Amino acid sequence: MTDTQVAKPAPAPDAPNNKSRESWFKGDAAEPMRRNLGLVGVLIILAIIGIITRPDLYGDATWVSNNVFTILQQASAIGVVTVGMTFVIIGGGIDLSVGAIVAIAGVWSTTLATQGYGAAGMIFTAIVVGVVVGLINGVLISYGKLVPFIATLAMMVAARGLAAQISGKQTQVSANDTINSIASTKILGIPMLVIILALVVAAGWVLLNRTTFGRRTVAIGGNPEAARLAGINVKFHTVLLYALSGLCCGIGAIMLTSQATSAQAAMANLYELDAIAAAIIGGTLLSGGRGTIVGALFGVLVFSTITNLFAINNLPTEVQNMVKGGIIVAAVLVQQFRYKSLTHLLGRTKS
Amino acid sequence: MSNFSRRRILFGGAAVGAGALLTACTSNEPENNTQINASNEEANPNAAPGEKVVIGFSAPAADHGWIAAITNNAKAQAGAYKDVELKSVEAGADAAAQRGSLATLISQKPTVIVILPHDGKELNSSALEATKAGIPVINLDREFPDALAYRLLIKGDNYGMGVAAGNYIAAQMKSKGVTAPIIGEIAGIDALPLTQDRSKGFKDALAANGFRVANRRAAEFTADSGQREAAGLLQALPKMDALWNHDDDQGIGVLAAITQANRKEFFMVGGAGSKAAIDAIVKDDSVLKATVTYSPSMASSAISLARLIGQNKGMSDLVELQVPKQITLASETITKENASQYAKLGF
Repeated sequence: MTDTQVAKPAPAPDAPNNKSRESWFKGDAAEPMRRNLGLVGVLIILAIIGIITRPDLYGDATWVSNNVFTILQQASAIGVVTVGMTFVIIGGGIDLSVGAIVAIAGVWSTTLATQGYGAAGMIFTAIVVGVVVGLINGVLISYGKLVPFIATLAMMVAARGLAAQISGKQTQVSANDTINSIASTKILGIPMLVIILALVVAAGWVLLNRTTFGRRTVAIGGNPEAARLAGINVKFHTVLLYALSGLCCGIGAIMLTSQATSAQAAMANLYELDAIAAAIIGGTLLSGGRGTIVGALFGVLVFSTITNLFAINNLPTEVQNMVKGGIIVAAVLVQQFRYKSLTHLLGRTKS
Repeated sequence: MSNFSRRRILFGGAAVGAGALLTACTSNEPENNTQINASNEEANPNAAPGEKVVIGFSAPAADHGWIAAITNNAKAQAGAYKDVELKSVEAGADAAAQRGSLATLISQKPTVIVILPHDGKELNSSALEATKAGIPVINLDREFPDALAYRLLIKGDNYGMGVAAGNYIAAQMKSKGVTAPIIGEIAGIDALPLTQDRSKGFKDALAANGFRVANRRAAEFTADSGQREAAGLLQALPKMDALWNHDDDQGIGVLAAITQANRKEFFMVGGAGSKAAIDAIVKDDSVLKATVTYSPSMASSAISLARLIGQNKGMSDLVELQVPKQITLASETITKENASQYAKLGF
């Protein structure tokens, strides 16, 4: 019963709109769709700017396809991390420790002892470390009743500290060819990293939209008390959400390690902010209860494309960061504006 | 007692097993290769044991390989002398913490203090205090603005590092007969003065030869940021003649990006002089053909000089009876030809 009620990605306000099917596109249920189209529009605009500023590069078809794959590859590790982050935010939490979890998982999986177990041992270590750190976050938040912001902030500092301790502050080079080749292997012309990203996004989409787990996540994020009264084990579910985020960080750590052929305590610097920003741009509400995986993916791609655009035009990083900030503000303004006008509209029809 | 189901025991056992395995996986024998001057009493009379010297040492907590090498070198060099006792204090995470630890150090009255400050400006007054207390201060790498604050300044040359890289690339281009080379640059953290100095030296040296940097990306001294910025740079410059990367640690990522993009039409110059980079130059199997040094061996030299100052001796090759006031290390260019000499200086 509860499940059916939360079955819509956008819960309460869409009831009146269901009657008029012709205005479906304008309705609230299509909000994620419209937002995604908007993000695709932004990507197209960025591509056009690229074509105008560097026609010499964009004239070459091989270069263009290489560039698309470069953008996707640079988005892959952070994209996987963002999928986990999106689940946590939809469930009403926040995970500030993702960058640190990537670092600790990366460092732990590239110690000399772990490398002795081969590629499988390294992947196993990265994933288990990620999940365990996520579980600790979840238990602290659910059962220790810590505010997610504080618990994961503490974990961010502590995990980086442990990573520095284990690595002895050195850059640990991966001598494992299987791991290192993940970043250069292509399957049917598509880089392996891009395939991993696609698989994780697809799995995340199914989990959020087609399983009770996803429905419960939305319900808890929307109204945890209502969810509890409806019989959902809110505490246990929250633990699982942070473990899921940790899992994504473990996968991301392997991808990043393979790209850099090394790991160190300072790796994945500020990934938490990039992942949160990408989720927000993709239409996830920071207060929870609403969000999409595909939108978050587009958010990551927008950032990755901007980085690429600035690189090919030899523009400094400072300007790039300002533009990124502007885009985040714009995205949130659009979100607020939508909500205000919507409640306005609903208030009027009722009176 | 359904709580103790077989499934729970199974999962519990698996968890404990995984935990045990993972804990074992943290063991990491770090290769502590240090660069010290082993005392040879016959060749150098200064090395003969003399008056006992207590050297106080303070450097920031290591956040990357270079700083770690500084501390390791200082400890190893002090250990090589029979007449030196090293009192190392943790400088903590910021300038305020380092001021506190320095005050503790001053109260212990060592003969000499060697300090690599978090920030020269912020630690200036603490160094002055030590000098006033009659303890000579040896300023390592990051300069105190007030010359009264230190007895000896020993530092690397960031501008000179850029110049060395620029000159090497220019010479290579001229010998290959390339008139308008496409040159890329991957810098370190852009906000740091040292990065700006390095880039300025590189730009000036290239300009003196009529060349310029075609594209410059700033990374963060980490391998993954190096990979990210290099991937962008390689897309921006589909054909390139030379590349200078400021730091060999981030260079691991830069080299990975180059391999992943399958590019080899250019050559690369590194920076700092890490052991891995020197090994790669010797092996000559990648685009990395040279690196310009900014060696943490300066910490070993600082300890040696602190000992001489403490014993009131001069540097025996010089006429002066005292150690000079300031030493700036030259940035040296390591290539395949001279790499064997530098192998012991790699960190």
